[in-house]
Formats: sequence, structure tokens, C-alpha cells
Amino acid sequence: MKILVMVKRVSDPNVMIRVSADNSSVDLNNVKMAINPFCEIAVEEAVRLKEAGIASEVVALSIGTSQSQEQLRTALAMGADRGILIESEGPLESLTVAKLTQKVIAEEQPGLVILGKQSTDTDNSQTGQMLASLMGWAQGTFASKLEIDGESINLTREVDSGLQTVRLSMPAVVTCDLRLNEPRFASLPNIMKAKRKPLDIKPIADFGVDLTPRIKTLMVETPNERQGGEVLSSVAELVEKLKTEKGVI
Amino acid sequence: MTILIIAEHDNKSLKEITLNTMTAATQIGGDIDVLVAGENCGSAADAAAAITGVRRVLVADHACYNGQLAENMAALIETLASDYSHIMAPTTTSGKNILPRLAATLDTSYFSDIISVESADTFKRTIYAGNAIETVQTADSIKVMTVRGTAFDLSETNGSATIEALSTVTDLGLSSFVNEELAESERPELTSANIVISGGRGMQNGENFSILEKVADKLGAAVGASRAAVDAGFVPNDMQVGQTGKIVAPDLYIAVGISGAIQHLAGMKDSKVIVAINKDPDAPIFSVADYGLVADLFDAVPELEQAL
Ligand SMILES: Cc1cc2nc3c(=O)[nH]c(=O)nc-3n(C[C@H](O)[C@H](O)[C@H](O)COP(=O)(O)OP(=O)(O)OC[C@H]3O[C@@H](n4cnc5c(N)ncnc54)[C@H](O)[C@@H]3O)c2cc1C
Repeated sequence: MKILVMVKRVSDPNVMIRVSADNSSVDLNNVKMAINPFCEIAVEEAVRLKEAGIASEVVALSIGTSQSQEQLRTALAMGADRGILIESEGPLESLTVAKLTQKVIAEEQPGLVILGKQSTDTDNSQTGQMLASLMGWAQGTFASKLEIDGESINLTREVDSGLQTVRLSMPAVVTCDLRLNEPRFASLPNIMKAKRKPLDIKPIADFGVDLTPRIKTLMVETPNERQGGEVLSSVAELVEKLKTEKGVI
Repeated sequence: MTILIIAEHDNKSLKEITLNTMTAATQIGGDIDVLVAGENCGSAADAAAAITGVRRVLVADHACYNGQLAENMAALIETLASDYSHIMAPTTTSGKNILPRLAATLDTSYFSDIISVESADTFKRTIYAGNAIETVQTADSIKVMTVRGTAFDLSETNGSATIEALSTVTDLGLSSFVNEELAESERPELTSANIVISGGRGMQNGENFSILEKVADKLGAAVGASRAAVDAGFVPNDMQVGQTGKIVAPDLYIAVGISGAIQHLAGMKDSKVIVAINKDPDAPIFSVADYGLVADLFDAVPELEQAL
């Protein structure tokens, strides 16, 4: 079985971003970029399935700017076999990404697609679900445990009330939550090896998908900043303030 | 405008966040229907019929909706969609699972986790862990979205809508529900509690959370956690507050042994009053806290419990 794993380039999640002066977007000039942490978990899971002899090949797909090659190389250094970049100029909507991925699936015929549950830039949590819909496949979102059992998957999901286990027929789309695994650090020899692994760059126009945005961003603004308050000297003072100043207890 | 709300429920009762979603729908305006899909979900449907302003409650009661799996739920909603201008669900793991699938099926736009309704086609939502807010608009004829509960008040519940049973059965056979491990707690739900006390890595282990629970019991509070505390196995995943966990905005949030990483702040910085208890005076949590105590939590928390 082949696994397709998706990788997105995002701003480093530990970097504080700034809104552009004209309030049209987030200013990513000179911001450190990284692989979306949830995509890293997805790559790790795919590579583990290959190491366990369940998958035969792991193909990493990124849809984004030319620089996304860096994140694909990270995936290759972690153990993916080859990469595909669909090169686009600017950001794309989730539904467009799902439609492009559908085309790649038609060509590659994977038995399983693994993605992150969300990307830490747009915080959308949509692409996997949309892709599953377009394919007419089962979807296992927010996965914290994945067991492949013949033609189906036993999947444990992190849900608001605890954990839910579902059985999915394959092929399927799985999106990873934080607890699915702990991604490895790529070793230096593997980083070197990754440079020689195949990475196919394809122009987005070749896919025949309508790229017209459906959503217009009218404005991007900075939320009201919270001000730090006072440091108190005792628990007694805290209780007093919560009772009389704020009336919250 | 005609709006369909997908109810959040556990068959027996309606989750409060459905009432926040109703308020968002009311701000758009027009006729509002509620879909209750589940197995033996009659009492949840009755509760939905009591939401003030609801026109009809549609009930799909069938084994194939047990666990409200996305495949069958999206297929069910698809059969109803052409009657509606907006389809909304609360931002929960269920809403986030089902509605993007539905939106792709309908080939329409989807907005995740809106925090305000600007007009019938324009909404606000947060991006980059709450560090920016975008205003977004679509011309698509059906608008699909999830709604952040803490951003909207609860609607009233003195209505009596008609209840209609749907005979549609959309069993795609792609997935099936196996089981559920539910967090058992007598305390209020994290996302709707008036007071939340959360513990982080500083708690050191799961047993130590009992000192937070004692405070919670005195205050009628819910107990939450940072990702570090969940990853370390101190407490279960459903307690995680943050960008990638639950968003809370109680009247009072007490952060104990939590440093205040941006991903954690994204989940709690809209709380009315924030208290931080941390032994490191430079912890970033103090920069958002109304009141800070620089103290060892193992002294301060039991003292707090005594003082209440
Ligand atoms: C993709 C991604 C998603 C994430 N999502 C989330 C999320 O949803 N929610 C979330 O919380 N985090 C999230 N994180 C993790 C986040 O970046 C931080 O790592 C995490 O919040 C840290 O948890 P913490 O504050 O408990 O631990 P630490 O940062 O280790 O802080 C522990 C604090 O406890 C204090 N302390 C220790 N002992 C004591 C004591 N005896 N008395 C008093 N104080 C003490 C220390 O001074 C320190 O400030 C995410 C990270 C990534 C990359």
C-alpha cells in the first residue's frame, strides 16, 4: 500500500506574527518558516507504517510556493520516499487544495492519505475532511491512535468528551492530533540522503482545477491586547480582590 | 434567509453550545431550523424544540447516526441543504468533523470557528493562534460554518417549535462507531463553566491535580490543562485548553504552573479575569494575568483552597 502524506509550509509556530500595516494580511516577510507541526506528525505516522511493513511507499505532497521544497526535504529526511510539489504563487483555499490533491490521488492511487488536523497559520481544520468528501472515502479526524487491520482501520479520535474509536473502510483519509506520535528528528546522514531523493515539481496550471478564490478577506486586524495586571503578595490578597474588586467568586 | 443549525447533543440532552450557535444564527436572521441526528435522540430533540426562535426541529433517529460519524451525517445534511442559505454547527470536534466534509460535497465555502457575524455573508474568525483576526466574505449561495461558543451569548429556551421526523437514512457504510471512552465528571463542562482552574507541567503528575480539583469543587469550577500536562499523561486530552484544544472564556481563569505559551493563551485569553500562579516571575502568563502570584503552587493552591 502506498501512503500519501501532506505537508504545509507555515510560519514557525513559536514566532509571534504581525499584521501588515495596511490590514490586508499577516506580514510574513523575514518570518522564520517551518513544517506545520501537525504535518510532521502525519509524516512520522506514515514512515512508521512503512517501517512496520504495512506501507510500501510514502509519498509526500506539498501545495505551495517554491520554498515549500524545504518542508518536503524535511519530510524526505524523516523517511518519506519521494516528494511532489504543486507550485503555486500565493495561498490557496482549503477546498482548492483538496481538489488538487484529488488529482494527485487519481494518479498515485494511495490506500491511505494522512494529513495534520489543522495548520497553525489559518487554524482551519478543513482540508482532510474536504478531501475525504471529494473522494467519497471514510475520514478519521483528530487521530490519536491508528491500527490497520486488513482492509480497515481502527482509529481512536480525540473528541471533546474524551476518546472515540471508529472503524473505517479503506482507502481513507486520516488527520492527526497531537498525541498520535512524537515525530523524530532527522539525523544528519538522513538529511544528506534526502537531498538525493526524487522531488517532482509540477506547475499548478497543469491540474485543470479552478483556482478562483471563493472567500474574500476584507481585513486582517490585531486583537485587543490584554494588559498585564498586578503581582500580589499573598493568597489572602488574591481572594479579597477576586471577591470585592472583580466579584467573580 | 433560512438557516439550519446542526445540534450538538449526546442523544439524551442538548449541549449548551447549541444555544450559543442559535444566537449567531439569530444575528444573521431569517427562519431557523435545527437538525438533531442520532440514535434514540428524542429527548435531545425535545430540548431543541424549546430553543426560543426555532421554527422546526428535524429529527433523524437511526442507528446509522450513532456517534454522529461525519460520512453519514454529511450525507444526511446534503439531502436537506438546498432549502438553506446557511448551515451552522457549534465549533466542537463533531462540528469540525462534519461540516467541512459537507461543504466540499456542496462545493461551497466553509468558515471555521467564526467569532462574529458582520452580515449575512461576512464573518470574523481568528488565525495564527488568535494573534490576528480576519474578516471574510463569500458570495456562495450556501454558507457553511462552525461557530465559537464563547463568542456568542446563550439564547433563551422558552420556545415550542414543531418537531418533524425525517425518514431519510443515509448509511454509506464507510465507517462505523466502535466505542467511546467518556470523561466522567460531576464538574461543569470546561467550555461553559463560569470558572476554570487549569494545571500545567508544573503540576508534576496526575495525582497532584487533586489540589486543583479541591479548589474547583469549592468554586463550582471546571478543571483544564495545558498541552504539556496532557502530553505527559497527567490528565486526559479532553482537558486541553488552547489553540489546538478547547477555547474557554470563563469569568475567572486560574492558570497554575502554566508558562503561558502562545498556543495556550489562544485558548483562554478572552477570559474576563485571569489569575496566574507560577514560581517564575518572568513567565509570560503574567503578561496577560490580571492578578499574579509568584509562588510555589504546592503552597499557594492549598492555601487558596483553605481561604475559600
Ligand atoms: C502545534 C502546537 C499546538 C499546541 N497546542 C497547544 C494547546 O492547545 N494548548 C497548550 O496549552 N499548549 C499547546 N501547545 C504547546 C505550547 O507551545 C507549550 O509547550 C505548552 O503550553 C506548555 O505547557 P506548560 O505551560 O504547562 O509547560 P511549561 O512551559 O513547561 O511551563 C511550566 C510552568 O510551570 C511553572 N512551575 C513549575 N513548577 C512550579 C511550581 N512548583 N510552582 C509554580 N509554578 C511552577 C514553571 O515556572 C513554568 O512556567 C502547542 C504547541 C504546538 C507546537
